Amino acid sequence: MKFIDEYRNKNLILKLAAQIRKSVKRDYTFMEVCGGHTSAIHRFGIPSLLPECIRLISGPGCPVCVTGTGFIDKAIYYSAIPEVILTTFGDLMRVPGSATTLEKMKARGADIRIVLSSLESLAIAWDRPDKKVIFLSIGFETTAPGTAVTVKQAEKQRITNFFLLNAHKVMPPAMEAIMKDNVNIDGFICPGHVATITGPGAFSLIPEKYRTGCVITGFEPTDILMSILMLIRQVNQNSPAVEVQYSRAVTVNGNSAALKYVYEVFEPCDSVWRGLGTIPLSGLKLRSDFERYDAEKVMPVSLPEPEDNELCACGEVLRGVKTPSECPLFASVCIPGNPVGACMVSAEGACNTWYRYRMNNE
Amino acid sequence: MNELVTLSQGSGGKQTHELIRKVFAERFVMDMPLTDSAILDCTCNTMAFTTDSYVVDPLFFPGGNIGKLAVCGTINDLAVSGAQPLYLSASFIIEEGFALCDLEKIAGTMADEAQKAGVKIVTGDTKVVEKGKCDKLFITTSGTGIMIDGRQHISKGTEVKPGDRLIINGSLGNHAIAVLGARNRLSFSTPVVSDCASLNRLTEKILMNCSDIRFMRDLTRGGLAGVLNELADMTRSGIIVNESSIPVDDPVRGLCEMLGFDPLYLANEGKVLIVAGPGEATKVIGILRSDDLGRESEIIGEITDDKRKTVILSTSAGGKRILDTPSGVQLPRIC
Repeated sequence: MKFIDEYRNKNLILKLAAQIRKSVKRDYTFMEVCGGHTSAIHRFGIPSLLPECIRLISGPGCPVCVTGTGFIDKAIYYSAIPEVILTTFGDLMRVPGSATTLEKMKARGADIRIVLSSLESLAIAWDRPDKKVIFLSIGFETTAPGTAVTVKQAEKQRITNFFLLNAHKVMPPAMEAIMKDNVNIDGFICPGHVATITGPGAFSLIPEKYRTGCVITGFEPTDILMSILMLIRQVNQNSPAVEVQYSRAVTVNGNSAALKYVYEVFEPCDSVWRGLGTIPLSGLKLRSDFERYDAEKVMPVSLPEPEDNELCACGEVLRGVKTPSECPLFASVCIPGNPVGACMVSAEGACNTWYRYRMNNE
Repeated sequence: MNELVTLSQGSGGKQTHELIRKVFAERFVMDMPLTDSAILDCTCNTMAFTTDSYVVDPLFFPGGNIGKLAVCGTINDLAVSGAQPLYLSASFIIEEGFALCDLEKIAGTMADEAQKAGVKIVTGDTKVVEKGKCDKLFITTSGTGIMIDGRQHISKGTEVKPGDRLIINGSLGNHAIAVLGARNRLSFSTPVVSDCASLNRLTEKILMNCSDIRFMRDLTRGGLAGVLNELADMTRSGIIVNESSIPVDDPVRGLCEMLGFDPLYLANEGKVLIVAGPGEATKVIGILRSDDLGRESEIIGEITDDKRKTVILSTSAGGKRILDTPSGVQLPRIC
């Protein structure tokens, strides 16, 4: 298949792996920030191609995983209101809240629908003027433009029964929070799709302030191996920088049309991340002009402090302090069929990925 | 006129008989008058018997409808057990207000499929429930067939040995993606059509001509990954599969890449995994490829003596990883 097979060419992959083996001079720890990368790395069996001195750790880039329990609790609260239709991306269904999950609420009769896009949710609002439709908007720079367009559409079509329970986040502040946490990282494998929106400049703070390299990376095996090679070279030459491996998609200025939408509808705000706490200016909230689409403004809710399982190590896993197998619950109590923490839920969560493809991690 | 099914057609009275006669009995060529049981001739010592319920949203999708699924699915469960399917029952739970013309279309498809497969629908039942008490239409079919001597091991996998080859009869995931596409009104530049088909003639050809067939199973819910893990568990052996030899059509692959699905976990309705002795694999492939339902057949891997009962995928990228048992439903990714 075009644009896929070329990047999964076995000969090229083996050549890159050989190059990596030739280039290594010490131990290296690289963090793949994005859950999509974690998933691709294990799906293609990349750890089995790398020398032992390279350690890959997962970062805070799975939108479902970093969404706090408090957000899930609010979603569960709204889902119980009879006049509400809750719409969500599928993965959130199974994330444990303090007391229950959306999946269990649905089984009890709550009207919760899985959608593939925020626009689908808007269409439901159009079809059901008798209901309040709340879309759980989570995700990073990649999903925020879609939500922004949807809010603009709602405004244009004068739809008044569509709302967001919003927890959109942006990536670079979380990477900075990890650096401040003194996690030992020699370089970041940065999310290529985020950079297609933001442009590579969004990551420049990391090498400038923390002397740690960033390579903006595509999602195919050759992309990932090439980025690892680029990061090794940066470390060997002590020349941290933002480099773009994913040059077939990333441009210097990013997607300015998408960014225009995002910042027309949203503005930066502090945001709570699972495991990382509140990170200044790491979230996006609706601007005052669009507050009428904010479920929390229109239907205020006040809930008790969320409760997480004390043994669950999702927080440490998301900070790169622990690998999933270092969590006491991993693969014993916490499995994909019975997830205790969010990282075991999403197909892009580190724990879920490690569990499914666990051979390479044993 | 858009005639709708009403509650009175499920009351057991005149209207019920009328519905059964006009929609079902005539199409299925049932013996008249209808009695409480079908009386069947049987000349064998051992029989296979199976049942399955069918729910699908939407009821009509590219390549089939719920009726086709209900006939093919039950025929395939018999066929992959090594049996020759003969008779089916079909029970319908219909939601009040269901369009009669759709019911006729579905019954028509069932009659056609049964005839093509050489199977008779001999008995059935109809219930109509109030609106909202079921989702449009549910069908349950049961099937029975003759078990030929010497084939009892096929469904149990007791003869499977290290070195045996794994064969599938074509590309994976088409049914799941066709239904998903129809449900979400996704448009494809190349249409994806469900692979829904009765496999009994194909499996019979294989079993008649090959002496060394060790196991067969249709790749429905849970997909190839689900069946391989069951097989590893049943036979207490390991399995190695080569990702690059598993056929997946481009539109299916494209959509899987986009949504974050793995085609190895997607449901099929016309695909079978055949485990054959190493000496017979080429012959099996030859027979399969000479049939329309097996043109894209491939040898995809083999049984190993790995006692950990794990299924290993040798990835097209040259790496290796575990291919795990599916858990829950595959959900589309966020970004």
